[in-house]
Amino acid sequence: MFQYLALAAVLFAIGMFGVLTRRNAIGILMSLELMFNAVNINLVAFNKYIRPDELTGQIFALFVVVVAAAEAVVGLAIVLLLYRNWKGIDVDRINIMKW
Amino acid sequence: MLEKAFLIPLYPLFAFLVIVFFTRWKEKLSAYISIAMILTAFVHAVAVLFAMIGRHGVPFELSIPFITHPAMKLEIGMWIDPLTAVMFLVVAIVSGCVQIYSWGYMHGDPRWSRYYSYLSLFTFSMMGLVIANNFFMIFIFWELVGLTSYLLIGFWFEKKSASDAGKKAFITTRIGDLGFIVGLLLLMTYAGTLNYQEVFAKVSAGAIPMGILAATGIFVFCGAVGKSAQFPLHVWLPDAMEGPTPVSALIHAATMVAAGVYLVARVMTLYVGSETAAMVVAVIGLITSFLAASTALTQNDIKRVLAYSTVSQLGYMIMALGLYGVDMARDPHAHSVGYYAGTFHLMTHAFFKALLFLGAGSVIHAVHTNEITEMGGLSKKMKITTLTFFIASLSIAGIFPLSGFWSKDEIVAATSGHPIFMFFTLLIAFMTAFYMFRLCFLTFTGKPRDQHRYEHAHESPYSMTVPLMILAFLSVFAGWVGLPWLHHGFSSFVYHGEHMEHHPSYILMVVSTIVALSGIGLAYLIYYKKKISADALAEKFGFLYKLSYNKFYFDEIYDALIIKPLLGFTKVMWWFDGNIIDGLVNLTAWFTIKWADVKMWFDKWIIDGTVNGLGYICMAGAWILKYIQTGTVQFYTLIIMAAATGLVIYRVTPEGFFYYLAGIILVAFARLLAKIVRPARAKTGSNIEG
Repeated sequence: MFQYLALAAVLFAIGMFGVLTRRNAIGILMSLELMFNAVNINLVAFNKYIRPDELTGQIFALFVVVVAAAEAVVGLAIVLLLYRNWKGIDVDRINIMKW
Repeated sequence: MLEKAFLIPLYPLFAFLVIVFFTRWKEKLSAYISIAMILTAFVHAVAVLFAMIGRHGVPFELSIPFITHPAMKLEIGMWIDPLTAVMFLVVAIVSGCVQIYSWGYMHGDPRWSRYYSYLSLFTFSMMGLVIANNFFMIFIFWELVGLTSYLLIGFWFEKKSASDAGKKAFITTRIGDLGFIVGLLLLMTYAGTLNYQEVFAKVSAGAIPMGILAATGIFVFCGAVGKSAQFPLHVWLPDAMEGPTPVSALIHAATMVAAGVYLVARVMTLYVGSETAAMVVAVIGLITSFLAASTALTQNDIKRVLAYSTVSQLGYMIMALGLYGVDMARDPHAHSVGYYAGTFHLMTHAFFKALLFLGAGSVIHAVHTNEITEMGGLSKKMKITTLTFFIASLSIAGIFPLSGFWSKDEIVAATSGHPIFMFFTLLIAFMTAFYMFRLCFLTFTGKPRDQHRYEHAHESPYSMTVPLMILAFLSVFAGWVGLPWLHHGFSSFVYHGEHMEHHPSYILMVVSTIVALSGIGLAYLIYYKKKISADALAEKFGFLYKLSYNKFYFDEIYDALIIKPLLGFTKVMWWFDGNIIDGLVNLTAWFTIKWADVKMWFDKWIIDGTVNGLGYICMAGAWILKYIQTGTVQFYTLIIMAAATGLVIYRVTPEGFFYYLAGIILVAFARLLAKIVRPARAKTGSNIEG
């Protein structure tokens, strides 16, 4: 089980690092996918080792995949609009949500 | 018929309201309405009188409770007894005559409609005063009558003397009314009601202490003293002659001034209950009568002579009523005619005095002056006026068989048993005959003293002479209802139908006739035949003449004793008010302002300071904290992640959390330092921020 959790943690950390540091909006979205997958691995691993006779974790993982797909669609649409308005998708420049 | 008697006062009220609200601009129409309404009231009054005779003078009462409380009872109602019925008729007749007369007299006056509306209002008030069944209501109408009197005396208010006279009348009568209201409050306190019959029942049952009863009687009499111009409040009536002459005839001779006499007659039970009060009434009546008669001897203003004559005659009536109270208080079964004499004289006097005033008005209308020294010989020009004026003079002097004879005779009879009163009564009768015929002879006979005025004199129009003739008729015959030989005449009528044992006293009749004739004879000798020089007489009785000519200096005495000190006191009070009271007020205001300054400072710096201070603190905090809000989503994500990580670490090892926090702060400082040391790289592309 440890290996699975370690993999998930590493994946999550990589994804988080990507979300926090990437300037490219597409990159951030891709990093988000990484984090989703880390969570999915966790769900499946916990399901497998703690409650093997139930399928809760796996079904949750499927939900996450579906929601992630929808999220990716919304995110890409936002990115598309960002590109139209800012002529670019560098998230550093998109800082109008401040004082 | 009696149930509808309350309509009698309402007819003139209706006329008043219609004139004031609708027909003010149509002068003739206003006058027609007023006259039509008073004639309606007259017809109704006649009907009421006959209804009253029909039920043998049994009183009729109808009332609506107004306030009912254990300690107080007020009501609006009517009380009709023979006295009321007679007063209705007198007021209606005199008011009707005066209103018709005014048609000619006031012709061309710019305020004709207003004049008629006032007359209607007055008639309403007077009728209301008469119909009232309780003291509360009579007081209301009493004041209304005073108001209309004020309005009509000052009717020609462009004249300063007229407006002054109005004020004088109003204020002087108000002094009496103050006493009246005190009397009413006493009655309310001790009897608990103001209804006549209930009060009288309590008085007769002895429910009111003697001293209180006497005080009440005297206080109520104060009201009568004011309204009926009795000594010492008589000074307003001669001045009231500034009003139009028909007004003088109606208000200041026949009706309103009779209200005081009516009041005394109405509350006679109070005086029967208290001999002291009755004696005060009688003495005041006598003093008034004597002073006024002796003043009338020397006056030269035709209306003033009549005014003093009025005061004198009112004193007569009051005296007779007072003596009735005294007699009845001493012996409940006494044979006193005072009550009957007073009310009877009230009626006859109303007619002949109104006639005298209207006649005087006719003369003034013709010669445009009030001074009898500028008249003379007018009988050739004004036949009807002269004839009616002589009839009225004979009547007031008490010559057989005119109405004045019968009533004056009764007054003399009322003084039997009081020798001093009888002596003065006869003396006054003598003076009355004298001054009336002095007036007649000086005005209508002899040679014209002012040729210019004489030539312009003319008989008055019919609207004026017809009322004179009506009143002359009444002056002759009105007294006959009280002939002493009648068993069911006026006397038994006013005594509520009780049979009044009444013996005609031939000796008194003869004596009073002789007295009257001698007065007329003296006037005849002095002013017609000029056998005795008036100037020589004045010379001989210099002091008395001056006293009489200057009206016993009453106005001067009041001026010196009351008005001057009052004015001085007013000045002191004015100074006090201006310097002490105002000073205190200003000082208070000053303190308030200063205190307000202090409070303003506190408000500005402490209260506002707190509020603003909080605001500044928030702003300062925000000024620092705003840098956290970078607008960069990644930064927020970083904080969320850091916080989430922190929570997990805190959950696992609380000590480790602090190292973690320290680490974060260290990193933040390092970042900040790096930013300061190495400024951010130049931004590229468009910047939406600005």
